[in-house]
Amino acid sequence: MPKRSDIKKVMVIGSGPIVIGQAAEFDYAGTQACRSLKEEGMEVCLVNSNPATIMTDKEIADQVYIEPLTVDVLKQIIIKEKPDSLLPTLGGQAGLNLGMELAESGFLEEHGVKLIGTTAETIFRAEDRQAFKDTMEKLGEPVAASLVVNTVEDGIKFTNTIGYPVVLRPAYTLGGSGGGIAHNQTELVEILTNGLRLSRVHEVLVERCIAGWKEIEYEVMRDANGNCITVCNMENIDPVGVHTGDSIVVAPSQTLGDKEYQMLRTSALRIIDELGITGGCNVQYALHPESFEYCVIEVNPRVSRSSALASKATGYPIAKVAAKIALGYTLDEIPNAITKKTFASFEPMLDYCVVKIPRLPFDKFITATRALTTQMKATGEVMSICNNFEGALMKAIRSLEQHVDSLLSYDFCDMTDEELEEALTVVDDRRIYCIAEALRRGASYETIHNITKIDMWFIDKIKILVEMELRLQQEELTVELLKEAKRIEFPDNVIAHLNGKMTEEEVRKMRYDNGIVAAYKMVDTCAAEFDAMTPYYYSVYGSENEAVKTNDRKKVLVLGSGPIRIGQGVEFDYCSVHATWAFAKEGWETVIVNNNPETVSTDFDIADKLYFEPLTNEDVESIVNLEKPDGAIVQFGGQTAIKLTEHLMKIGVPILGTKAEDVDAAEDRELFDEILEKTQIPRAAGGTVFTAEEAKEVANRLGYPVLVRPSYVLGGQGMQIAFNDEEIEKFMDIINQIAQDHPILVDKYLQGKEIEVDAICDGENILIPGIMEHIERTGIHSGDSISVYPAHTINQDIKDKIVDYTERLAKALHVLGMINIQFIAMDGEVYVIEVNPRSSRTVPYISKVTGIPIVDLAAKAILGHKITDMGYKPGLQPEADYIAIKMPVFSFEKLRGAEISLGPEMKSTGECLGIAKTFEEALYKAFLGAGVVLPKHKQMIITVKDADKPEALEVAKRFEKLGYTIYATRSTAKYLQNGGVECRQVNKITQESPNVMDLILGHKIDLVIDTPTQGHGDKTRDGFLIRRNAIETGINCITAMDTAVALATSLESATTEYTLVDVAKI
Amino acid sequence: MKAFLILEDGTVFEGTSIGSTREVVSEIVFNTSMTGYLEVLTDPSYAGQAVCMTYPLIGNYGITDDMESSRPWPDGFIVRELSRIPSNFRCKGTIQDFLVKHNITGISGIDTRALTKILRDRGTMNGMITTNENYNFEEIKPKLTAYATGDVVSKVTCREKSVMKGNGKKVALLDFGAKKNIAKSLNDRGCEVTIYPAHTTAKEILAGNPDGIMLSNGPGDPKDCGPIIDEVKKLYDSEVPIFAICLGHQLMALANGLDTHKLKYGHRGGNHPVKDLETGKVYISSQNHGYVVDTDGLDEKIAVPAFVNVNDGTNEGLKYTGKNIFTVQFHPEACPGPQDSGYLFDRFIKMMGGEQ
Repeated sequence: MPKRSDIKKVMVIGSGPIVIGQAAEFDYAGTQACRSLKEEGMEVCLVNSNPATIMTDKEIADQVYIEPLTVDVLKQIIIKEKPDSLLPTLGGQAGLNLGMELAESGFLEEHGVKLIGTTAETIFRAEDRQAFKDTMEKLGEPVAASLVVNTVEDGIKFTNTIGYPVVLRPAYTLGGSGGGIAHNQTELVEILTNGLRLSRVHEVLVERCIAGWKEIEYEVMRDANGNCITVCNMENIDPVGVHTGDSIVVAPSQTLGDKEYQMLRTSALRIIDELGITGGCNVQYALHPESFEYCVIEVNPRVSRSSALASKATGYPIAKVAAKIALGYTLDEIPNAITKKTFASFEPMLDYCVVKIPRLPFDKFITATRALTTQMKATGEVMSICNNFEGALMKAIRSLEQHVDSLLSYDFCDMTDEELEEALTVVDDRRIYCIAEALRRGASYETIHNITKIDMWFIDKIKILVEMELRLQQEELTVELLKEAKRIEFPDNVIAHLNGKMTEEEVRKMRYDNGIVAAYKMVDTCAAEFDAMTPYYYSVYGSENEAVKTNDRKKVLVLGSGPIRIGQGVEFDYCSVHATWAFAKEGWETVIVNNNPETVSTDFDIADKLYFEPLTNEDVESIVNLEKPDGAIVQFGGQTAIKLTEHLMKIGVPILGTKAEDVDAAEDRELFDEILEKTQIPRAAGGTVFTAEEAKEVANRLGYPVLVRPSYVLGGQGMQIAFNDEEIEKFMDIINQIAQDHPILVDKYLQGKEIEVDAICDGENILIPGIMEHIERTGIHSGDSISVYPAHTINQDIKDKIVDYTERLAKALHVLGMINIQFIAMDGEVYVIEVNPRSSRTVPYISKVTGIPIVDLAAKAILGHKITDMGYKPGLQPEADYIAIKMPVFSFEKLRGAEISLGPEMKSTGECLGIAKTFEEALYKAFLGAGVVLPKHKQMIITVKDADKPEALEVAKRFEKLGYTIYATRSTAKYLQNGGVECRQVNKITQESPNVMDLILGHKIDLVIDTPTQGHGDKTRDGFLIRRNAIETGINCITAMDTAVALATSLESATTEYTLVDVAKI
Repeated sequence: MKAFLILEDGTVFEGTSIGSTREVVSEIVFNTSMTGYLEVLTDPSYAGQAVCMTYPLIGNYGITDDMESSRPWPDGFIVRELSRIPSNFRCKGTIQDFLVKHNITGISGIDTRALTKILRDRGTMNGMITTNENYNFEEIKPKLTAYATGDVVSKVTCREKSVMKGNGKKVALLDFGAKKNIAKSLNDRGCEVTIYPAHTTAKEILAGNPDGIMLSNGPGDPKDCGPIIDEVKKLYDSEVPIFAICLGHQLMALANGLDTHKLKYGHRGGNHPVKDLETGKVYISSQNHGYVVDTDGLDEKIAVPAFVNVNDGTNEGLKYTGKNIFTVQFHPEACPGPQDSGYLFDRFIKMMGGEQ
């Protein structure tokens, strides 16, 4: 069937801010799909509130609206842009839900917009719990005994008929939000209450618990002609009970015979055929480990995290093909972009093994519950490819960048055997390390399997790795042993460590002397059956190399940013991809190294070559040995890439752009102080320390409060404000849990207005696209602050100083390319907080709202072009005539037990944009985009620390005027009442009911303003409990007075008529 | 123990011996299925060949009942890595023991992808698996060049006729090396299946008064099956509906004056798209063949193409004009591989019931 002629202009909905359960995979899928649509001559109108994405670039779509993803906004854009079609299956659950609401309300039909890709009926039958169950029953496909309930009472009644434990799955939520397993009535009531609240349609599925069964997924595709194929199947190493997003996943399945494989494949195809899917779809199964019994867990009629993984694992571009199918093509008409010989109507065959490991945020949220359940907690993931499972697992572990590069880490060795056996029952992110330790002690496979339900095949593979550890420890390192260790991907440093007598360098030399080097194999979708063109490679040892050396053009190595984590998000992928494109435009050959399957940078047609590899010194060195690049760029890949600089230089790869010693000068306290002295730029007084004693000494000299932070980190990891000696000790202890090569900085904490700039320096001149100011005063991490462009509250004098300081610093640090500087403006003076001679998280946002292609210009500057030759006047660029506000977005509700109050350590997972003619409207849109949709019940709670009370009074007055009923605990209430606010006093948590907790759990509160006292993180304190419970009951919770003021401003100027800004026209 | 795979063109792969250490010369082919190594091993169509699995991890679920015949047939089994332990609730043993028991030579630990690329680029070729470290290529070479699969059908076909009881249509299945699931697919649909040895005469088969005749898959070059082709022609001339798979499809074509030729490296795997030319629908099929029917200049009076391979455009099926006969190159019985084209057995049953 050829392309439909009735589709000319397609609206695509993105997935919005990055939150747990909905991450960069939708930028990858959306970008690929938009490019696929444009390839077919479509006009593409894109809506996504997330400015950090590549899909919101003007190169990707014709019209780009970075607007809040609400039905009202979409309606207004549809009226303005008049698309003839809407493709809702690319924006994750968020996009799908919006598409459904628009379709169900009749709005689409009214405005002549067709839902393409998959029909509303199909979506309904796949997503609505009852409709899905009916469909499965009609097909005779088994599902676990279940019932959709709308009340807790019905849930209890049904569970009593099927017995505990039961799984609870709220309908229409992201990443299984609000779901869980209940083992008894107390747990049932707790989870069910929460689930009902989170579900858009107030529905929760109560289901027979099939925990412990094998969890298997199939990625399938179907076209309008009914042709169906399977792209890939995947097996979760963690059996049913852990969300697939938090599971270690292997592709293809390893423990299924052809009978089981085909049984589930046939089932998946029957299901998508019955549902009438046109596009991609994910079907999840639970397979009984000791019979052919299976249950369909769920069907996702859209591209998903799993489909991104399947695409990267196989080379089959699911989103691209899904977009073509939406336009009417059939699978046998769409060419396979990898082989260029075959068509999309075939099934990829792998001749390698793929392992995905989730990146969990427990290093950021030390108080959060580590247990993995049916509610996803991972912020990102890594993938690795090898021709054996052990090797793929080892590569994936070191790709995580969690200071872990073998199964030896996360030391369980101090436990007694009994403690260890107990630890095995704990399902968390450390489970494989625990299993490894149990195997080291000789635990039987049966014991481990009986406790964990993990298939023995996987346990044996872990055992093989443990055996190798032992051999490396006990035997002399022979060439044969070294070969075998490398075959299963033991890194040189681990080999050296286990050997104990050799250094890493000696191991490497021994390898090189004996020709034990990495070879690269191609991912070609067809197990080498056809000649493939696509240079997408993975490393193996002991095999023939296939990667063709090229040296006809100058070659640049682009180092990616690895897994998405808090502090290093999709922004850095944006920068890596744009840098790659910029170098390509300049005629360079581009080589990308990255290991994140969710991103655009690991799409096979972004760079000339893609190496899907861990970002470690050794792995990158192997690539360098083969590719011999003319240079590497590290300034766009976040801290991951920066960390590789030293080694790259050591092995003779020139660093393009700012030199490593200048990067060091910005990070090294003493060197940096010298530069500040030379350039005469003030900063907060401070010192560098290694021990708690030194830290206390410096702190007392400066006077509390002080800011304590490790150097060479991103996202303010480990950064804290300390108010006394005790806190210093506590923070230093936490920081030093991770081995520190670099000193720790202790600075006087200045509370002022925080200003941020990103600038480009060509060696002579600088270009500042714009100055941003933060709504929150210093003390809250810049990534968690609301950021406003242009800076509208600072005067020209301050602006001039900032431009001047930026120029001085850029020059003093010999910056060539990007620089990011954070300043404090206080009492007419400007202080430097920190300087990062690299790309930052605000680059995509500022690029979009100023229309200045920052990364592109920076790349050109690195290559020697001058700012003046690029058509720009040096210095600060003219300010835009609208206001753009970047709003942080958090995923606290997914992380039980996480402390939500903001501070110097970054906690947000994503961001959204509010752009408008006025500050007020921009702010309103930004809050709306972040999901703050108020008012609802017009009731709020205020409980603030003493220092914040005067400001709280002003805020309270404004909310009172907005019609809010204000509740407060005793001292706050008194203060507000004295100030003339009619406020109701409530009891503290520890006091008798009704108290503040009853209010929160009553579901009638819109907002909690709670500013924490020091020493946060203590799980038993009132403040912590209030904040946690507020988040878990879906109440907006604000922990800084500045944010509260901004929200009041936003609500005072609430509107329903939005100014819509097409960012592509800026 | 070390083992070597020596190809006709002089390429040598060094690996580890698995299974029997018997030295074998055979035709080296590759299969891209990710599951179903046991079905591959026991598919009689691999008689006379040594098969390389492109998926690197083999033996993960051990030996189960999933066998397509009573024993493994390939001369050799070539893998990247054999699983140290099998893990499956149905597992009855390991591949290692199975190969030894059936005296099948194997080699593991070689770069199977590199081997596959050689076969893809230079075409299927002969090779030897040996554990003799002191081999002399010049001595071996003539043996490799001289090797031909020959009349392997006679080797793999059943010795005696047998019957699978059923209450439905009576089907005569001519066993050229049939995979068990062909008879089972018919029997599951109620057919009574009488399985005949390959060299049974048309007369004897027709004397059984079947409602339909099923020509099975099988190994080797179809042109090595001269006498069988003559009998197939007689079956064509009868008015009994016929469905043929793989070798059966090729034999029917040869019986009607069509030609076959050897593909450069064949189709072996579970991911080949075939298009039903009547409906335009594409099915993912299980395939295992080195030869293909030429359809250039095909006389419409004899037959018309019914299926075509979406990848390379080769013929995948024929519908014989004026006859109740249709034949396919791929394997609707699956095992291993996708079950998508199983509907063809239903079509055959309808045809036996008088529907066209």
